[in-house]
Amino acid sequence: MKRRDFLKKGAGASFIAGSSLLFGNLTKANASNPQDKKDLYDLVAIKGDDPVKMFDEGIKALGGMSHYVKEGQTVVVKPNIGWDATPARAANTNPDLVKRIVEHCFEAGASDVYVFDNTCNNWNKCYINSGIESAVKEAGAKVVPGNDESYYKPVSIPKGKSLKEAKVHELILNADVFINVPVLKHHSSAKITIAMKNLMGVVWDRRYWHSNDLHQCIADYVYHRKPDLNIVDAYRVMKRNGPRGVSDEDVVQLNTQLISSDIVAIDAAATKVFGLEPEDIPYIQIAHDMKLGNKNLDELNIKRIKI
Amino acid sequence: MLFKILKTLRVSLAIVFLALSFIIFLDISSNLSTLLIGYVTYTQFVPSLIGFINSIGWAFAGFILILILTFLFGRIYCSFFCPLGILQDVLIFFQRKFSRKKTFKYRKPENIVRYGILILSLVVLFGGSAIIFSFLDPYSLFGKINTMLFKPVLALGNNLLSRILSSFDIYSLYPVEIRTIKIPAFIFSLVFFIFLVWLTLKFSRLYCNLICPVGTLLGIPSAISLFRISLDKNQCTNCGLCSAVCKAGCIDVLNKKVDHTRCVVCFNCLSSCLQNGVRYSIRKKQKTFPRADSDGNGRRKFLGISAALLSSFFLVDNTLFAQRRRRQGQNKPPVPVNRQHPTAPPGSVNINHFNNLCTSCYLCVSACPTQVLQPSLLTYGLNGILQPHMDYKTSFCNFDCTRCGEVCPTGAILPLSIEEKKITQIGIAKFIQRNCIVITDGTDCGACSEHCPTKAVDMRPHKNGLLLPHVTEELCVGCGACEYACPTDPKSIYVEGNPVHEKAEKPVVEEIKAESSDDFPF
Repeated sequence: MKRRDFLKKGAGASFIAGSSLLFGNLTKANASNPQDKKDLYDLVAIKGDDPVKMFDEGIKALGGMSHYVKEGQTVVVKPNIGWDATPARAANTNPDLVKRIVEHCFEAGASDVYVFDNTCNNWNKCYINSGIESAVKEAGAKVVPGNDESYYKPVSIPKGKSLKEAKVHELILNADVFINVPVLKHHSSAKITIAMKNLMGVVWDRRYWHSNDLHQCIADYVYHRKPDLNIVDAYRVMKRNGPRGVSDEDVVQLNTQLISSDIVAIDAAATKVFGLEPEDIPYIQIAHDMKLGNKNLDELNIKRIKI
Repeated sequence: MLFKILKTLRVSLAIVFLALSFIIFLDISSNLSTLLIGYVTYTQFVPSLIGFINSIGWAFAGFILILILTFLFGRIYCSFFCPLGILQDVLIFFQRKFSRKKTFKYRKPENIVRYGILILSLVVLFGGSAIIFSFLDPYSLFGKINTMLFKPVLALGNNLLSRILSSFDIYSLYPVEIRTIKIPAFIFSLVFFIFLVWLTLKFSRLYCNLICPVGTLLGIPSAISLFRISLDKNQCTNCGLCSAVCKAGCIDVLNKKVDHTRCVVCFNCLSSCLQNGVRYSIRKKQKTFPRADSDGNGRRKFLGISAALLSSFFLVDNTLFAQRRRRQGQNKPPVPVNRQHPTAPPGSVNINHFNNLCTSCYLCVSACPTQVLQPSLLTYGLNGILQPHMDYKTSFCNFDCTRCGEVCPTGAILPLSIEEKKITQIGIAKFIQRNCIVITDGTDCGACSEHCPTKAVDMRPHKNGLLLPHVTEELCVGCGACEYACPTDPKSIYVEGNPVHEKAEKPVVEEIKAESSDDFPF
């Protein structure tokens, strides 16, 4: 191939890619959630001694992954891979659980499953040392970098109070189904990090959130794209020194997992699992008041499973 | 023919070595085996010499190997191991391939300049500072060129390709962050590179025989090396073919003499002679031992240098390990940030040690996975000009990483075990309450504490349910995560460097009461 040909083709390819991104956004934004059926339960809570089995049982109670992922759809799975820490520290989502979720997506007929996070520590060390990169690759997922600003596209969030615009990873804009897989942890700034806080890892500029009313920004982002499904890993939980943790001693065994499409409800339930009340966490209260979900657990249809 | 094999051997080994040298500096994955890096840097004369004379140990004895090789075979280092020398050879190769200029000429030695530079470098080195070597050492210059010029270009190419692939849904090639390019170090490297290319194309290996202190130094043992290039006076017809291929310009055909202080042992001349009159053989004990002025000078200089060397050992102990302690007082730094001391990388013991040993080869800058190590300008003062420092504007030090100490070839950054590293306090975080979001905006922030690996920065109850950062200085290691993450401008938390690195306390680990509940709390 001549050099000029290569350049021409390259330019053409990137133009096509660029325009498909652009129009892809428009169509997907209108299509809204792929699942039209109502969820069987508002929240499923599972206790057990194996996160993989717990997920199998939990998703079965919700009618299986096919309730959320349709044949041929693309899925983005967003775990917490924020820190260069081994799974023992529970600073990142359990790799076996993330892998199992990917497998369920493929079983439901997903055409592609992508996994990424905008990490806090050196990104490739986080991907490797969390165990998540190798685990999900085994399951056939594509591991996508989150370390380059060019992946993040500007979006506007007109309903947001403090966060009116953000640069969001193209996968979140393009994927048909968005599955949020946080790990429950203590958090020094937000008090506790669960599902809503995990979405800070899909935007580029986190400093803006910190300097413009953190709790309000956490709630505001949910307006942009609500995950279609949230799975909270509360199997091993960092009880102090979060979100990074200082030692493995910061972690306790709580043997819990939560699944819900209501991001406020799941955060409220996880807060209780942690030993706090949802009212103690400003962003949960804000999100509830903004009608992004329901924090009042007694109003919800909850399925409790013990294995 | 044997002589042809010698040149082939030289060229093949040099290519391999140059490739390895490129690889260690251009490793965009920051994941290269430190063993391989060690192989390359072990043979580098100046880093090894500096490490050794500062009693860093036998791990830095590579220069002795080079000296032995030089006594045996001449300036082997210059044609086999010096990456800057081999780089010049590559340039010359292409020049001869593509331009009409094909011949070189004998040049008279510039003894005053070259020995002047050498003595100055050595005196300053034994006086405790590597500043002149850091500017003239060919390995360190090669490192600068690679880290500041070639690596960013490679990373850009990688990122472009990665972006093109990802638009085809292929994400296997990851982009590489280029967090910053420091202008002073960039300009220095660019200007030097242009100068080197010009010098090489015009005068071939003149850098090595005029400026390079390593070349001049190795020229002294080379003058009495066992094996050496010589012209067979019976065969030689003064045709000048050998001189025309001599990159060092050291063959004086008129007098049938080779200046061994300048010969870089490239073996080009061996096969050039139609009469087989150029030899590489064991030195004959002849009465007419070449008494060219350069040689006599060389030996006299050698003695002088040895004396300087011995006498300056006394200086070494006093200056390199003098632990001057100038800690700042209790008064809080004013707003904006007023840093008293820069931060040197973990393992560098103290700022003096670092400044005196570092040759600014930028191998650590290139190897640092978080890119927190960046070239400075005058952050350390003149003695540390252009040396790397912990640049917390750009990034922060990864708690679980000891890479800079593993790769440093001079011992300016000594290797630390991961346990040692985690309690090595290179600086202390200082909180400026007046700048903090929690105070100015009355909202939660805590980015500093979030990133803190030891929880030296923790969040304590303020008012209205807000949490305010608090620094426990004994726990702080000075990694700069808090400073990097802080969203205010000027920063509300910054690291004040420790001129002498201290030990931080290990975070106290208390057990958490097991909460065994089989029931759901809702």
